[in-house]
Amino acid sequence: MASAHPAEPPIVGPGQTFGSVTDKISSMVLQRRAPRGWWLGFAAGFALLQLLLLSMAFLLFQGIGVWGPNVPVGWGFDIINFVWWIGIGHAGTLISAILLLLRQEWRTSINRFAEAMTLFAVACAAFYPIFHMGRPWVGFYWLLPYPNTMGLWPNFRSPLVWDVFAVSTYATVSALFWFVGLIPDLATLRDRTTSKFWRIVYGMGAMGWRGSARHWNNYETASLLLAALATPLVVSVHTVVSFDFAVGQLPGWHATIFPPYFVAGAIYAGFAMVLTIAIPLRKAYGLEPFITLRHLENMAKVMLATGLVVGYGYTMEAFMAWYSGNPYERFMMWNRAFGPYGWSYWLLILCNVLVINTLWVKNLRTKPAYLFAVSLVVSAGMWLERFVIIVTSLYRDFLPSSWGAYRGTAFDWASFVGTIGLFLTLFFLFIRFLPAISMYEMRTILPEAEFKEEKG
Amino acid sequence: MRRRTEIYGLLAEFHTPGGVVDAAHRVREAGYTKVDAYSPYPIEELIEALHIERSRLPRLVLAGGIVGGLAGWALQYWASVIEYPLNVGGRPLNSWPAFIVPAFETTILFAAGAAVLGMLALNGLPEPYHPVFNVPGFALASRDKFFLCIEAEDPRFDRAGTAKFLAGLGASDVQEVEH
Repeated sequence: MASAHPAEPPIVGPGQTFGSVTDKISSMVLQRRAPRGWWLGFAAGFALLQLLLLSMAFLLFQGIGVWGPNVPVGWGFDIINFVWWIGIGHAGTLISAILLLLRQEWRTSINRFAEAMTLFAVACAAFYPIFHMGRPWVGFYWLLPYPNTMGLWPNFRSPLVWDVFAVSTYATVSALFWFVGLIPDLATLRDRTTSKFWRIVYGMGAMGWRGSARHWNNYETASLLLAALATPLVVSVHTVVSFDFAVGQLPGWHATIFPPYFVAGAIYAGFAMVLTIAIPLRKAYGLEPFITLRHLENMAKVMLATGLVVGYGYTMEAFMAWYSGNPYERFMMWNRAFGPYGWSYWLLILCNVLVINTLWVKNLRTKPAYLFAVSLVVSAGMWLERFVIIVTSLYRDFLPSSWGAYRGTAFDWASFVGTIGLFLTLFFLFIRFLPAISMYEMRTILPEAEFKEEKG
Repeated sequence: MRRRTEIYGLLAEFHTPGGVVDAAHRVREAGYTKVDAYSPYPIEELIEALHIERSRLPRLVLAGGIVGGLAGWALQYWASVIEYPLNVGGRPLNSWPAFIVPAFETTILFAAGAAVLGMLALNGLPEPYHPVFNVPGFALASRDKFFLCIEAEDPRFDRAGTAKFLAGLGASDVQEVEH
């Protein structure tokens, strides 16, 4: 597996073998006691998760009036956070599917936890649209087509219904892809654990996987096909999310640039989250031989590229508002930048457009601490982007008599912070009980796997 | 499974991927057909050496995708035109451009389902019991060792002769596999 660019550092640290990679990665799961850092992180996440449960219970008890959205801003934190989380998920699929099809071997060590990130981010995202129905147990008849007692069916011309199909398909396919990838690694854990209980648990997950060449043949075909299916799927998901806005007639939403710029933004936010996770993870578990500086630098480059696309999107939005000659479009853009919420727009430009350009400097993009800081800035910036799109388009619409203001209430913030707790809790459980790096795929990229075939 | 043979087969252990691929070629050349290999990661050369046919999975996935697309489309047509016709802004009941999006998603959903279930079905998984697990040391097939198994059902199989043949292929160890 000679690299096309000999000057590039290898994607696995020197001296690694099949055995050492297996032992290192499986020890993260099989060690008897979790490291102290794990307990601290899990406890923090679990505490925040309680906040989610409390705010959810109060929401169901009191009604969605405890959240901020009201006329004229009918979509608030719930949709901001939904789009933010679902966007974060996209990088996991990009790494596991698109980079697999493009034969980017460096993706191997980061794809498993990036896919886990996708699943957990989608779970957090799903919370908002479900709970902003107020009474979710009666609200499904207009989302999902099922024979209900009222004889009603969803309106399939609505982007919101498309969104239900897109997101639920995305969640299902991501879970399937992730589980298929885990099967051989669960077999490794089954064979290596010394505990009878865990041998049975991992054994059930591995379903009797024994690494037969006949099985690998079907397995590899399945992986490639799933990657080929997930690639158009992931592009469709954020496209459909952007349709939630772009199909509406509102200035600030009704723009053809939305689908590509949303997809780029999703990947941008997602890679930021992958870096936010990868940098502490490699440090805490000593994974530097697997998640090397080259990985971090490559991810920084993807962030830079998608960040520039997002910057182009902002520029075109402003340009089209002016070029359209439409007074409402022009007012929206002026109001967005210089109205009462102007601070959010300029903060967004700072976070998403200006800071990212420092990654042109090689010295900065190979500094893990700096990349970690930039990844947090980008995550904040992407949250602000959704705030700007949603709030500053809605709060001053066509009729000045219906203008208003919007701010998140304490319960809005509690449920936002709470979903971060849900995400952290799920993620810490994942790194404790499942291999965070794909062992079988790591074996394929080791020097030991190269051999000259001697046809006898 | 009916036990027509005394043992399941003979399992040879190799330390390197090159070793097992080489042995697989020689086993096929010697005329054995009921052969399988076990490795901790997929090795394309090994699959070729054992003359394993290309997977039938793509056809299943194509069928899954077609069924999913038609089902998604039919659902929307039935709900919007037949069961619950609703005039939304004067648009035709069969608003086919709008129906593309959910139909696309169901296409992907059914195709992906077919890929996963089809892979498991073609591999005969879940399969909690398999004779090769009886061999001590086979656990390393999921870590760093490579195994080649000639099954006793092979017409050329001979308990002593085949064992000797396998030992001559550079195997580090040859063991009998109990049923």
